[in-house]
Amino acid sequence: MAEWFQDNGLLLGLALLDGLSSAGLIFLVAVGLNLVFGVLRIVNVAHGSLYAIGAYSAASIGIFLASRGLPGWASIPALVLSAALVGAVLGPLIERFLLRRIYAQEEVVQLLVTFALFMILEDVQKLVWGVQPIHHDQAMKLLGTIDIPFGADFIPFTNYQLFVLPGFAVVTLVGLAWFLRRTLTGRVIVAVTTDREAATAMGIDAQRIFLLTFTFGAMLAALGGALSSPTAALVPGVGAQTIVLSFAVVATAGLGQIEGAALTSLMMGLGRSIAVYFEPELEVVVPYIIMVLVLLVRPQGLFGVIETRRV
Amino acid sequence: MTTLTRRETLAAGFGAVLLPATLSAQPAPRPAELKIGVTTFLSGPASVFGVPSRRACEMLAEQINAAGGIAGIPMRPIFVDEGPGTDHLVGEIRRLVQSEGVHAIFQSISSGSCLACTPLSRELNKVMLLWDCGTQRIFEENRYDYAFRTQGYGTSEVLAPLLYLLKTKPNIRTLAVVNQDYAWGRDSWELWKTAMDALKPGVRVVAEMFPRFGSTDFSTEITRLLALRPDVIYSTSWGGELVTFIRQATERRLHERTTFVLPVAEASLQILGRSMPEGHIIGTRGDHWNNHPAPANPELFNSFVNAYRQKFNEYPIYPCHHMAQAVWALKAGVEKAVATKGGAWPSDAELAAAFRGLTFPTPTSTITLREDGQGLEDQIVGVSSFNDRFPFAVPKEMMLYPAAQVSAPIGQKSTDWLKTLQPAMIESTGRSI
Repeated sequence: MAEWFQDNGLLLGLALLDGLSSAGLIFLVAVGLNLVFGVLRIVNVAHGSLYAIGAYSAASIGIFLASRGLPGWASIPALVLSAALVGAVLGPLIERFLLRRIYAQEEVVQLLVTFALFMILEDVQKLVWGVQPIHHDQAMKLLGTIDIPFGADFIPFTNYQLFVLPGFAVVTLVGLAWFLRRTLTGRVIVAVTTDREAATAMGIDAQRIFLLTFTFGAMLAALGGALSSPTAALVPGVGAQTIVLSFAVVATAGLGQIEGAALTSLMMGLGRSIAVYFEPELEVVVPYIIMVLVLLVRPQGLFGVIETRRV
Repeated sequence: MTTLTRRETLAAGFGAVLLPATLSAQPAPRPAELKIGVTTFLSGPASVFGVPSRRACEMLAEQINAAGGIAGIPMRPIFVDEGPGTDHLVGEIRRLVQSEGVHAIFQSISSGSCLACTPLSRELNKVMLLWDCGTQRIFEENRYDYAFRTQGYGTSEVLAPLLYLLKTKPNIRTLAVVNQDYAWGRDSWELWKTAMDALKPGVRVVAEMFPRFGSTDFSTEITRLLALRPDVIYSTSWGGELVTFIRQATERRLHERTTFVLPVAEASLQILGRSMPEGHIIGTRGDHWNNHPAPANPELFNSFVNAYRQKFNEYPIYPCHHMAQAVWALKAGVEKAVATKGGAWPSDAELAAAFRGLTFPTPTSTITLREDGQGLEDQIVGVSSFNDRFPFAVPKEMMLYPAAQVSAPIGQKSTDWLKTLQPAMIESTGRSI
């Protein structure tokens, strides 16, 4: 074992750096989905579309700003602004005119409706942005690279990958934890998540909390997309790829669990990057192996609580 | 009761025998329009190929119809999306033939689609022109009377860049592969590895990576490649994944440590723009580079490229050229079949017969459909470079590989044939253009 670490310790170090970056992005998308499910009890398949639209919007705004000759640093706040814009516009629209009509429906109906919305939004993306890859990497280029020593060699990493993505994830995690536990609105959201019936009976306006939570969840999805846009080329289908992994995170973490989502994202991000180094064929399945193993031991998820079924 | 005379009985007997034969020999009715079913990706990641190819098809149909149609008949393409998968596509092809009454089918981008749907050409007795899929298995594992591929295929599209690499960089010792995890990614690696082991034994494969199809982040793969420092990185990835991989790789200066070999890069070069590094080996799945130095028919070539540019504000990418080849093949095949019938409209079997051995002109060269149905399309490979004419990378130091020299002979499987290649082939095949 010690010999293995001696041979592969440096590679493992690189894998950890890659895993942190990957985990940051996974967390940003999955935490929004987790929050929405925790409060609304709806599995929102269209979450992936919000991620994609956030990414496309950020790239478009970045391209627009660059074409107007604005300084490069403007593309960084533009990423956050575009996410806020997408969430603030689409979130209330979807919650008010679609989801509100299906809260009382069976889960299969809810799944079908959000899946239909996902398909519609996929086509909307094609109509607006076309099918050719779109990219705008000014933010990544602007922040440059850092050379990480690797024995006698060095490995360049982008600062965006190494610091910005994990940094945003940590800020989001800490901010969310503070918001949910230290503010009145946050505590009300936690109350609705824990026991919707009791919370409503105590006078909490559940409709308002649903609207607020969904909008916030949409913003987080769009933020994940926006932050991925400087590194990835955007093509049709990018949302579908994201949503599958997010579901795995939510199921593994436990429904509505923020810290669980963070820990699961970290496990999956690190698991995937370690697989790329030592057993690349397993990269695709590692997140799902982790999910299955966790659910075998804790069917309610890492941080989930067992609920009693009410009759 | 009426009784027949001997003469009447004989007449009735002859009539019963001869009438059906006479009816079947009647010429097929001349259609009012030539309906063509076209299967292509209109949704999903591969729509980066499918939508431009549909545009090319519509544009050419307009041009052909304005000039009087094919053998005097206007053509009408009817498009079907490959995106929902092969089960759906099989049903759609049946519908195209049985309900829409199409006269021929242009089939498909995905090799999986072609493998699933080409056998329908037997059952439906309809001409199928495989316009873009590259799998070598189609005509190596089966014989089809109604199916033909109007472009090259995986074997030649992989072998030509390999020959170019070994000629221009004969001292390579290590190689890594980063391909998409699906049929083309795996098959194209098998073809490359088999040929490489025959042509230059001893090249060490230091990493085989097949990221999930549709990946949007290759940071980890790039870190590993930076650490491994292979002489060559081979990738047949395409679309958004190739764009993302190249952008992330160049940002981290991977291109300074290795040589990329990208056999299908052409379709991504416009999107990459200046992000594509210079000096790396690029292919276009054929010979139809937009900066082809000596196309066979420069007027037609420029006319096609410029018309597409004016209409869609971008240069045509290789799927557009492949679609155009199918249209030109259709035109040549139908006109040949009609001429063979002395101006009458051919039956489906007669139309299919016209395609076997057909040679049709393209703006860059000519393509011959071999006896087994496989099209012989030359390959041009070069290294990425920039000039004042194009705002994106185009090849320089180009070499042309004649199709017949980089295709498995009829009756041989590509993987068996590639094992028999000799290192002398590196010098004897291809010529600078």
